[in-house]
Amino acid sequence: MSTNPMHQFNVYRIGPEISLGKIDISFTNASLFMMISALAIIGVFFIGTKRKSIIPTKIQLLTELSYALVSKMINDTAGSKAKPYFPFIFSLFMFVLFCNMLGMLPYTFTVTSHIIVTFALAAAIFIGVTIIGFVNHGMGYLKLFIPSGVPIFLLPLIVIIEVISYLSRPVSLSVRLFANMMAGHTMLKVFGGFVISLGLIGGWLPLSFTVALTGLEILIAFLQAYVFAILTCIYLNDALNLNH
Amino acid sequence: MVQNYLKFIGFFTLLSGKCFGAEGGMPQLNPDYWFSQIFWVIFIFGILYVILWRKILPKINENLENRKSQILNDLDDAQKFKDQSEEKLSEYNKIINQAKQEAKKILADTRKKINRDIGNKKNQFNLEINKEIKNAEKEIKTLKLSSIKDINKIAVEISSEIVRKIVGTEVNTSNVTAIVEDISKKEITKHL
Repeated sequence: MSTNPMHQFNVYRIGPEISLGKIDISFTNASLFMMISALAIIGVFFIGTKRKSIIPTKIQLLTELSYALVSKMINDTAGSKAKPYFPFIFSLFMFVLFCNMLGMLPYTFTVTSHIIVTFALAAAIFIGVTIIGFVNHGMGYLKLFIPSGVPIFLLPLIVIIEVISYLSRPVSLSVRLFANMMAGHTMLKVFGGFVISLGLIGGWLPLSFTVALTGLEILIAFLQAYVFAILTCIYLNDALNLNH
Repeated sequence: MVQNYLKFIGFFTLLSGKCFGAEGGMPQLNPDYWFSQIFWVIFIFGILYVILWRKILPKINENLENRKSQILNDLDDAQKFKDQSEEKLSEYNKIINQAKQEAKKILADTRKKINRDIGNKKNQFNLEINKEIKNAEKEIKTLKLSSIKDINKIAVEISSEIVRKIVGTEVNTSNVTAIVEDISKKEITKHL
């Protein structure tokens, strides 16, 4: 194992090289952990929904509570119009949450610590939300860039700022998640490296830091998944209820 | 929080000095597997989305709805049973009241009847007693009348005897009888 804190983010191919035309889409360790996350979600929810008892079992309660959490989140931020998008938001929240949480286990790979993965998700959300906005409001969706109650001479400036902020949504959404995940794991690795290099005498302080940081990271793993989902809801709200 | 993190990271990356060294910096910025990542994340997320959307979430929703309706049903049933028991209770109270009133009526009727009977018996008894008294009075009267006759006879005998003894002569009984009867007729009204 390298002591390089960035080594944990290396992506390498597992199995044969697969290519689609000229593009290399080989199965990597990142793909493996995406698959494990997805299977874990499906497994948990499959077991949780197997028995439909009136008084829920623990795992059933887990599924129902997550359902209620996401349902409430969507209802509070985007209103009742967003109901058809509930499965998407739910999948998104669960996928990001499980990827983050699996990354907290030692020797695992954190899928969401790669900008390209989070950017792919964020870009898909951005494109989807923009399409939903134009379908629902037609050209009226462009009113999103014109806030009400702005003096007319400031309007060009404001519109430019609004457009830039709208276009930077996928970037901010993806960078937020990616940076949090990468930073946390790098920190853990750096402190872990200090434990080894300082040895038995001085290693206890960084070790206690690592323990504390692990707790913090688990909190952040949940929080970032929640933030990712809730920001998607907020963008969806703009597209569905144009009330800027 | 993020800024602090990044500051920390910057500090430690500068400290270790290895990150942008031999291995080529951040692996995230190495474009070799970007398309693979994009492909797999969309593919796997898509499958996950479809499975959750089609299979899992309807089940959870159905179960939650079932529970809600079950609880509502149970509450309804409870309300129904409560209403029923209240109805039964009011019926019971009504029956008890009816029974009480009937008992009261029966009691009053019986009392009235007994009173009437007693009155009847009393009247009858009174009538009988009166009759008896009248009979007795009649008897007494007849007895008195007959005793007066006897008394008269005795009086005649005694007075004739007295006269004979005192005077020494026989007295005409018819005269004595006439006198006695005259007196007794005068005096009889005092005793009858």
